[in-house]
Amino acid sequence: MTEPVFEAPWHAQAFALAVSLEARGAFTWPEWTRIFGGVLAEHGLSRELDGGDDYFNAWVAALERICAEKGIAGAEDLRALRDAWEAAYLSTPHGAPVRIG
Amino acid sequence: MPHDHADDAPPHSLLSPEPALRVRALETLLTRKGLIDPAALDEIIETYAHKVGPRNGAAVVARAWADPEFRRRLLEDATAAVAEMGFTGRQGEHVVAVENTAEQHNMVVCTLCSCYPWPLLGIPPGWYKSDAYRARAVREPRKVLAEFGVTLPEGQRVRVWDSTAEVRYLVLPMRPVGTDGLDESALAALVSRDAMIGTALVEAPR
Repeated sequence: MTEPVFEAPWHAQAFALAVSLEARGAFTWPEWTRIFGGVLAEHGLSRELDGGDDYFNAWVAALERICAEKGIAGAEDLRALRDAWEAAYLSTPHGAPVRIG
Repeated sequence: MPHDHADDAPPHSLLSPEPALRVRALETLLTRKGLIDPAALDEIIETYAHKVGPRNGAAVVARAWADPEFRRRLLEDATAAVAEMGFTGRQGEHVVAVENTAEQHNMVVCTLCSCYPWPLLGIPPGWYKSDAYRARAVREPRKVLAEFGVTLPEGQRVRVWDSTAEVRYLVLPMRPVGTDGLDESALAALVSRDAMIGTALVEAPR
């Protein structure tokens, strides 16, 4: 039982986002499992998903989907922020904290 | 060992993987909208990474073995019984305990996603979340069990329980013979996470 609970920091962050949103009433857990289960099924059509990166990739896609459905985060806004973060990583000197404006 | 990035280090920060960038984007947007609080996220991660785990479930199992009255309450209404021990919280709202017997071995899966009794077992392991387990646990449970090193007597049937967002199952394993002298904490130490999912048995200490 020594394996880490979260294999990567982004797994943990994505997990906490869903838990936190549900706690605030942004959606219910049954709503979440329906959307997340749907994404897992879609992603699993082409190949067998592992319980690590594949699973959390689906988790992130489900977060985006449920946030869009609930009108709390739009795909365009997310895309722009994703690009801003990428640019920040590319322009921030190694070792310095990465931030966006 | 080949040299790593000492001489040819990138001038910029190590780029995050694609999904990590998307998580960053979600976090930024939702924080700006006041829908999440980064400090609360850290607390959630800390809780599930370090505080809540299968030791809770093991304490429940040990008590059920040691105290027949508690066992009866656990099988009747597990949510209330585990709440007596302080195990409440998200994804533990409706827990059902299923007892292994000589006639029936129980095993838990979530075929839809990864529903699991968090307050008792923490976050599920990678294999529980994998397509392989989710698809095969129902179809060929004995074969899956064999891969976990569990071979059941032929006369013992296997029942697979599908956890959902509404009902989450906890397996109450059989108490191993030769443990009569052990107290609850010694019993709890014998109970593994997998035994409470049904993919392992509990063995007496040697």
